[in-house]
Amino acid sequence: MIETIKGFLILTGALFMLLAALGILRLPDLLTRMHATTKAAALGVILIMLAVAVHFGEVAVVARAFAIIVFVLMTAPVAAHVIGRAGYFVGSKLWSGTVKDELRPNYDPLTHELKSGLETDSNAVHQPRENDPK
Amino acid sequence: MATVILISQVLMGIALILAFVRVVRGPSLPDRVVALELFASIVVGLVGVYAIRTDVSSFLDAAIVIALMGFLAAIGFARFLERGGPRDD
Repeated sequence: MIETIKGFLILTGALFMLLAALGILRLPDLLTRMHATTKAAALGVILIMLAVAVHFGEVAVVARAFAIIVFVLMTAPVAAHVIGRAGYFVGSKLWSGTVKDELRPNYDPLTHELKSGLETDSNAVHQPRENDPK
Repeated sequence: MATVILISQVLMGIALILAFVRVVRGPSLPDRVVALELFASIVVGLVGVYAIRTDVSSFLDAAIVIALMGFLAAIGFARFLERGGPRDD
């Protein structure tokens, strides 16, 4: 029984990793590639670490496996957010089939300022800060 | 069990090759950073499977370190990219 569960967890984990790699190879732009890799690869790691926990069945090893799971669950979204943000700022091109980019009309790439669309004459005046790029 | 582990190792090896194709082809630096992060995840999975195969639980420590290094590398690359401003590569 334990062997079956272990084999199932390992195979599905490996399959999800292969799926993530296929996604990063086939999808058209940075954001869709990130959408494939961050979730599928994190799920693959989690499933394989569950298999490790089932296989060893000792407190110390299970604790370490769960530490890896919690670590992956916490860091994968942060890393994806940071890379996606950097990619947008750097100006990586979006796919030609992109329907909507809501940041584009409201964001000024030179001053890093966002607009809300609710500006009045009084609060729309640019107030320079000391760490602004010249 | 041995065949299941062999199959999963082959699958993850193919995944490594596909991710490496993306590292080589680019086209921009953020794409390569995403591919390298995927690399780190796949290697963590490979180390976990290898720990099961050899019955040595110490390999999990290596997996923890690899996951940590992958995360820090992603953060560092992102900071480096943002400092550089708009680029065309």
